[in-house]
Amino acid sequence: MTASDLLPLPVALPLLAAGLKLAIGQRLPRTQRFISAGVLCAVLAASLTLLVAADRNGPQVMHTGTWPASVGITLVADRLSGLMLVVSAAVTLCVLVYSIGQGMADSDEATPLSVFHPAYLILVAGVCDTFLAGDLFNLYVGFEIMLTSSYVLLTLGGTAARMRAGATYVVVSLLSSVLFLVAIGMVYAAAGTVNLALLAGRLAELPSGVRLLLQLALLTVFGIKAAVFPLAAWLPDSYPTAPAPVTAVFAGLLTKVGVYSILRVQTLLFPGGRLADPLMLVALLSMVVGILGAVAQTDLKRLLSFTLVSHIGYMVFGIALASRGGIAGAVFYVAHHITVQTTLFLVAGLVERRGGTTDLLRLGGLARISPLLAVVFFVPAMNLAGIPPLSGFLGKLGLLRAGVAAGTGWAYVLVAGGILTSLLTLYALAKVWNLAFWRAAPLDLCADGTVLESDEEPAAAGENGASAVPLPAGHAHAASLSGRPITTTASPPAAMLLATCALVALGLSFTVLAGPLTGLADRAAVELLARAPYVTAVLGH
Amino acid sequence: MKVTIALIAVGGVLFGCGTALLLSRPLTRILLGAVLLGNGANLLVLATAGRAGKPPLLYPGTDPKDVADPLPQAMALTAIVITLALTAFLLAMAYRGWQLSGDDDVQDDVEDIRIALRAEHEGTRAELRAVLRADRVRQARAEETEDLDDEVWDHVLGADR
Repeated sequence: MTASDLLPLPVALPLLAAGLKLAIGQRLPRTQRFISAGVLCAVLAASLTLLVAADRNGPQVMHTGTWPASVGITLVADRLSGLMLVVSAAVTLCVLVYSIGQGMADSDEATPLSVFHPAYLILVAGVCDTFLAGDLFNLYVGFEIMLTSSYVLLTLGGTAARMRAGATYVVVSLLSSVLFLVAIGMVYAAAGTVNLALLAGRLAELPSGVRLLLQLALLTVFGIKAAVFPLAAWLPDSYPTAPAPVTAVFAGLLTKVGVYSILRVQTLLFPGGRLADPLMLVALLSMVVGILGAVAQTDLKRLLSFTLVSHIGYMVFGIALASRGGIAGAVFYVAHHITVQTTLFLVAGLVERRGGTTDLLRLGGLARISPLLAVVFFVPAMNLAGIPPLSGFLGKLGLLRAGVAAGTGWAYVLVAGGILTSLLTLYALAKVWNLAFWRAAPLDLCADGTVLESDEEPAAAGENGASAVPLPAGHAHAASLSGRPITTTASPPAAMLLATCALVALGLSFTVLAGPLTGLADRAAVELLARAPYVTAVLGH
Repeated sequence: MKVTIALIAVGGVLFGCGTALLLSRPLTRILLGAVLLGNGANLLVLATAGRAGKPPLLYPGTDPKDVADPLPQAMALTAIVITLALTAFLLAMAYRGWQLSGDDDVQDDVEDIRIALRAEHEGTRAELRAVLRADRVRQARAEETEDLDDEVWDHVLGADR
């Protein structure tokens, strides 16, 4: 048995487990939790094995059903796919533990077990499928698996707020799926195959105009998924209403799937940095407009959603550079950003549970009330803003160095934009820190009177320990997994805190292991730019 | 490759109608738009197979040249299944929206409007705050002349007199 035999596991195992859980229904809650966690651990182990094998022996390939590459479904794991798989498996495992903790704390186990867990596992299968897909159509199917389960997760419980936000998300995603299908049709009509390795050779023979059309179509589709600036308007609206673990995993993974696809298409199918300038412009606008949006927000979750849009710009910048340093920087930044953004959304969930709201104008004094919460917010926040020596700084530094090395006018503009965005991120997060954590009494804070704010007393905890204040229905728009109001508690449930701490530690480990990780990112970049290893591994000659 | 114009034309018409429907508010109309768009895309994928041919079943004696390209058919079939699932989900959403609010319109983003309003009133708020502050200063001065305890106002306003 070789490592390539493990290729179907990250897709097949979660799907099988989801089916099993649908059959079991609401019975045996403890066994079900073990199944979910066990399956994700197995996915993590398989991904690690694949990454090591891909790093040592080159891309791992499996032709399912031994069909030839031109007609069959090919699964490929090179260094980039392997790294993405490992990071997403680790992150999804932590979020699962968090959601189990949240489900137990809110004692609404019925919904999590019968709906959340199967949908979540299918989401993981879809994400893994997109990372492993060796052809465009399988990529499309992976996207659809992921999106369909994300519709379910986003509208969990069917509350009014979630239906409103879900409608936008579903319509936008639907449109992007249709566009993707049309793009695949065009690629097939032009090149006669949808296999990525075959396309790498055949697209070069096409007339330049046709190639440009195909590239634009694919980039538009992936741009919607990745939420780059002109196509990102759906994201800050639809993410914040979902339950914390759902928002966290969406923010961490779904947009990065889009970034991964852009990276794959730009390096393998359309090499040579064509359309680099428009991509640079898109990256710049994503960074600056996104972070300005974040600065204007007064809700923690929405602010984080805008920083998400903004930091996608860094990765697109790296891809647009199309140099070894740029690609390596983008790969490193993706791995760092998945972890950090997920952590911050999980912390937002904890803040909501402690303070009763994520509205920054109502929060306050959390640093004194709950020092641990302050620490688990502060570390990833500084990591996101790019304070040395954390991995966010290293990732940005790598990208900026690659930009300076490129030396074009656009690259310098982007470098300046990147530094500005980094500073503004720091400003936005410092605002969160000052308002929610550092300022004193939470009751003084409504004095400044905001437009359209209702006059409810902030349900923030007083000093007297366990203040279990149930929130007025409809106010806490995020609340529990099933959409019911949550109860604020003095100390967060152990499982939720443990999962968040584990993710903080994972984010920090990127700093400690920055040497090996940048080495891996660099080797991945070399492999991506060379193209030959991928193509030879798939086609076998 | 031979292309059937009819398929592409029908696909184009479906796309036009679907886009028009997708731009409307009620979810049921959006649903119909999505169905039209999906069918249009499927037709386009099917059109990539080139000219029509025999079913792709390779019995002995079948000339592979007469057979239609099976790959776009397989893709279109997969896409049809996916469209079916999404249609069911959108229907459920529209029904839930109707249950909750009596219609199935897609709503605006309230928080976004709130932020925009905040920005719009930023000027007014600053003006009001300045007026209030000046008022307090005047009040403080007036009370000071009445020999009231001015240390209180020092405490409130800071020493900006």
